[in-house]
Amino acid sequence: MDLIEKHPILEFKHSKKVKFSFDGIEMEGYEGEPIAAALHANGVRIYRITPAKEQTRGFFCAIGKCSSCFMVVDGVPNVRTCVTPLKTGMRVETQLGKGVIPMDA
Amino acid sequence: MSATLEAASLGCHVTLVDSDLALGGQLIKQTHKFFGSKDERAGTRGFKISEILLEELNSYKGTVEVHTNCTATGFYKEDGVVSCVIGEDEYFRIKPEKIVMATGAQERLLPFPNNHLPGVYGAGAVQTLMNVYGVVPGKKVLMVGAGNIGLIVSYQLMQAGVEIAGIVEAMDKVGGYWVHAAKTRRLGVPIYLRHTIREALGDKIVEGAVIQEIDDRFQPTGKEIKIDADVICMAVGLTPTCELLWQAGCEMVFVPQLCGHVAQRDLFMRTSHKDIWVAGDASGIEEASAAMVEGRIAGVGVAKALGHGEASEHSGRLEEFKRRLADLRGGEVGQKICQGISCCTVNEWGV
Ligand SMILES: Cc1cc2nc3c(=O)[nH]c(=O)nc-3n(C[C@H](O)[C@H](O)[C@H](O)COP(=O)(O)OP(=O)(O)OC[C@H]3O[C@@H](n4cnc5c(N)ncnc54)[C@H](O)[C@@H]3O)c2cc1C
Ligand code: FES
Repeated sequence: MDLIEKHPILEFKHSKKVKFSFDGIEMEGYEGEPIAAALHANGVRIYRITPAKEQTRGFFCAIGKCSSCFMVVDGVPNVRTCVTPLKTGMRVETQLGKGVIPMDA
Repeated sequence: MSATLEAASLGCHVTLVDSDLALGGQLIKQTHKFFGSKDERAGTRGFKISEILLEELNSYKGTVEVHTNCTATGFYKEDGVVSCVIGEDEYFRIKPEKIVMATGAQERLLPFPNNHLPGVYGAGAVQTLMNVYGVVPGKKVLMVGAGNIGLIVSYQLMQAGVEIAGIVEAMDKVGGYWVHAAKTRRLGVPIYLRHTIREALGDKIVEGAVIQEIDDRFQPTGKEIKIDADVICMAVGLTPTCELLWQAGCEMVFVPQLCGHVAQRDLFMRTSHKDIWVAGDASGIEEASAAMVEGRIAGVGVAKALGHGEASEHSGRLEEFKRRLADLRGGEVGQKICQGISCCTVNEWGV
């Protein structure tokens, strides 16, 4: 993972390492940290493709205010991955367009 | 946090909701030592200040209820209900007697081709990644903006081992405090004054940028320079987050010195809505030190309106906080802020 190892001021205390998947690929991240941060640490930059112009989007604000980081998480679209904590076994997918809301719930 | 502490210390019950995963707002990302005055903990690193506030909050366990990862999504002015959502789907409604809206700020973006590409990140986002979660934001960063935030974040990136390709600034001098500029210069980062970003390069993600010199009327002149970078960090200013204030129908004014639309307020930070107070960046972009004092003032205002505490205590605390604000706003930057505040402050709301 692309993590800061040495820092002159900060000491990073990460929580438990857990496994999750991104578009079917298994990855590791820290439980409770934002999904977007875990993806970034795994080198993933593209989180969704916009509906009309089909442009790539990553995150922008990282504080849940801009909607840039929407992804499909465990089948649910439009999840703000920058403020949603990672849990073990999560299924994270690139969101294509507006996403489809699951109707079986 | 400051408003909560002050109100709780006077006997109010407070529910504190914050959309972030941890309390502290911008403070938890600030690894540098703060400016300001001793009263406001100048010389202490930002994240330490937030730890101190958190500890103070813990002593009000019985009367303060805290929800993190919880966003206030709407204010319904018909009945005063606030809707909140925990995470992405657990909604609840709450009807507080009084509300302090201290929602902070959001980052500005500049219009340029390809500014949507992943890798064009807000400065706050870069700080969150590296200083809160310890994730390397990129290999080579182009910083846009040489105000305090641009300079500090550049320096912090270098501390995290990231290369800075350059800092682009439209004005003909750096806007930030001299110490921050000196630190980055010492480390040999090129600062492109009177330059702007023309476009981001890359197909699916950022691979570089084109920058160009600009003239007195901010029109591009001269040759274009191509810069290799995988992150373009935008540090071109903040604007107050005030959606909830608009929803509540608070009287708003556009104040350039405070960087956007802000609510009119009285000396206790009460808005034109009798049950709503503002504080911090949401009431005008300034600094954390001032934001914390404003929070304290709003806290006293709320307690006063609810009949908690003695009148002499309210006026005593207000005087003390006003003095502390005046201390903070003594300098040149403070003058601009004071001008701005005078455009949106009323002495007293007529009832
Ligand atoms: C790089 C950088 C360096 C800085 N250096 C200094 C310095 O040296 N000295 C100094 O005094 N200041 C400094 N500042 C400024 C300072 O950080 C801010 O002025 C201060 O944090 C403002 O505090 P606030 O509480 O108003 O807003 P914030 O700290 O932004 O907090 C707002 C909080 O509200 C939450 N929120 C927003 N909307 C909602 C909603 N609808 N529902 C629930 N929660 C919500 C957010 O998640 C956030 O936690 C710096 C800022 C930056 C970015
Ligand atoms: S990056 Fe802005 S909402 Fe997630």
